[in-house]
Amino acid sequence: MKTLVRPAIVVFVALTLLTGVAYPLLVTVAGRALFPRQASGSLFYTSQTPDKPIGSELIGQAFSAPKYFWGRPSATAPVPCNAAASTGSNLGPTNPAQLAAVEANVQRFRQASGDQTAKIPVDLATASASGLDPHITPAAAEYQVERIASARGLSANEVRQLVAAHVEGRLLGVLGEPRVNVLTLNLALDASASTK
Amino acid sequence: MTANSLIQLSLYLAVLLALAKPLGVFIARVLEGPASGGGPRIGLLERGIYQLAGITPDREMSWREYAGAVMALNLLGILAVYAILRLQGTLPLNPQGLAGAPPDLAFNTAISFASNTNWQSYGGETTLSYLSQMLALTVQNFLSAATGIGVLAALVRGIVRKTSTTLGNFWVDAVRITLYVLLPLSILLAVLLVSQGVIQNFRAYETVQLVEPLTDADGQPVTTQTLAMGPVASQLAIKQLGTNGGGFFNVNSAHPFENPTPLSNFLELLAILLIPAALCHTFGVMVKDARQGWALLAAMVVIFVPLAIATIVAEQQGVPQVAAMGVDAAPSAAQAGGNMEGKEVRFGIVNSALWATATTAASNGSVNSMHDSFTPLGGLIPMWLMQLGEVIFGGVGSGLYGMLMFAIVAVFIAGLMVGRTPEYLGKKIEAFEMKMASIVILIPPLLVLIGTALAVAGPGLTYVAGEETKGNLNNPGAHGFSEVLYAFSSAGNNNGSAFAGLTANEPFYNIALGLAMFAARYWLIIPVLAIAGSLARKKYSPPSAGTLPTHQPLFVVMLVSTVLLVGALTFVPALALGPIAEHLQMIAPK
Repeated sequence: MKTLVRPAIVVFVALTLLTGVAYPLLVTVAGRALFPRQASGSLFYTSQTPDKPIGSELIGQAFSAPKYFWGRPSATAPVPCNAAASTGSNLGPTNPAQLAAVEANVQRFRQASGDQTAKIPVDLATASASGLDPHITPAAAEYQVERIASARGLSANEVRQLVAAHVEGRLLGVLGEPRVNVLTLNLALDASASTK
Repeated sequence: MTANSLIQLSLYLAVLLALAKPLGVFIARVLEGPASGGGPRIGLLERGIYQLAGITPDREMSWREYAGAVMALNLLGILAVYAILRLQGTLPLNPQGLAGAPPDLAFNTAISFASNTNWQSYGGETTLSYLSQMLALTVQNFLSAATGIGVLAALVRGIVRKTSTTLGNFWVDAVRITLYVLLPLSILLAVLLVSQGVIQNFRAYETVQLVEPLTDADGQPVTTQTLAMGPVASQLAIKQLGTNGGGFFNVNSAHPFENPTPLSNFLELLAILLIPAALCHTFGVMVKDARQGWALLAAMVVIFVPLAIATIVAEQQGVPQVAAMGVDAAPSAAQAGGNMEGKEVRFGIVNSALWATATTAASNGSVNSMHDSFTPLGGLIPMWLMQLGEVIFGGVGSGLYGMLMFAIVAVFIAGLMVGRTPEYLGKKIEAFEMKMASIVILIPPLLVLIGTALAVAGPGLTYVAGEETKGNLNNPGAHGFSEVLYAFSSAGNNNGSAFAGLTANEPFYNIALGLAMFAARYWLIIPVLAIAGSLARKKYSPPSAGTLPTHQPLFVVMLVSTVLLVGALTFVPALALGPIAEHLQMIAPK
């Protein structure tokens, strides 16, 4: 028994200190030195208040004004895109509540776009996994172009050009999916409006 | 299936298989120790630990001593996690002031992490302090992985050695694997992930000013967003590499701070299967016949690839009822299409479905999409991969020692066909080995099926209702049953992923799933070590004309058939009540 207790305790304590204290601290120091912005959450700051972030490039925010692109439906509570309590809807594909939620999303986008008859891209009709998805598909951006153009008094092509500049393709043309970051796109819209 | 899906799948497999070989050879060197020549020498840190602990590295253990050491280290881990979670409210590094976990949650989480399951009954950012994430969970991510590889090493030594009574020294195996394999790989992966935007800090949750203020359900204005922070990258790297899977955040690797880009996704996905695949080559090196390792790896790939493709196809098909509402779910250059509920745009269909297959083939259990919202068949495959016993890659170490149990059964069946005593790698497989291998193969299905039956039938627990959602379930009907079946399949095979709609953070599920995870891990480790001890004592029997060669396609077919038959015969009835019934409901014309 004695030959078991001492090695067990020493090995446990030593590996705990190495993997539970030294290792996370080492990664923190290396992260802060090499990639300080990413390590602290890829935050955006405004030029007026440089110490006050207005969001993270990686975390979606909820938009509902017609002049902004809207992101994906979010299942977080009590408000959408609650980044302190991430969650998906976890509704199954045949659940009546899920089909009702999809129907409500379809109606919301359709009404906001003046009862456009085009089909709604599926990412706008369904909730994201994290509830914080910062992206929409290029198809979902295109679906909203007309609404934003008319709300801002711009031509659809001006908005389309801005969208095109914000489309991120697949990595090396292979990995991941094409996407548009809603928050950076909306900030760019606001910036282009204020420079006019 | 789109052309891009095939390219992404092929690229993944190519990189995985290319990296598995060199890593596997290196792990074999680490396990064989400096005596073998070539492996890392005993370093200062390693020597210091041995001296403090009074360990003589050359003194080997019998299978009983080895099992005792495994259990001692794991019990200490369970106690430490339990204590830290209960006391976290009074401990430092808790900027959000999160309270201590209740006893049932702490019990469940302690077993979950020590047993390499990493079932998340808690919701990371709302339940656990930074200290708990580091000192309790990250540590167990390392130790449970080292435990799995140690037990595998003991089994392989049992196969290789002739008339020997010892199987190596567990302390040496655990320390060397942690120092020379798990830590360096984790440091490298963690820093790469930070470069992609995975956070790593100790700051309090960040408050940002919303661009457009919202109103909440009570009509109150909401002008800020609170961003959960923390030392994510360090916990994440080992969570992926050690087939642990317990996420820092509630939504695991679907969270943009845990998996922000296609590249971070590729690296995390690679890390899921990397060590389990490499260990097949480790096996080949240790038995001094690389072809034996290739045969096991081939059997895993042969099962994995078709199931991955089937999941991608099922999710790409989407849900007909959704398409009927005027939704465009067709894949195009501008969108992935398919069933996007519970998926992230940056991952789309292929990376979500591929991850779901890899994470359940390995006993990883991390997710980058919500499996509960998968199509019925898309959800069936991850569930079945767990039910196969977590041997298609499986957990680090545990996957391969599970697969070796199936190999023993496969050569036994082959032996029955020709009427002679079966052998595996020169060792006769006799009654004792068969009894132990049968225990290892039968315990998980018992846990899964009895657990599910208790949960859905027990009075006053929870039940599957007709139209309404009842009790702990988030979905009615067949899908509700699937949620319970998935939970016990996950716990009873140490996977850890979930149909997360099930409300499992309450005493019944915390205790039932906790016990299932404990039994699935330790009731298997002990018979595996007993087989190792028994094989080590045997003489070498040279192969004869009647021996089934275990490095040829015939053996791969036998092995694959054994795994699939046991899995299908055991679980098809239960699957028929859940996902298959739901699929028929979904495609039935209204």
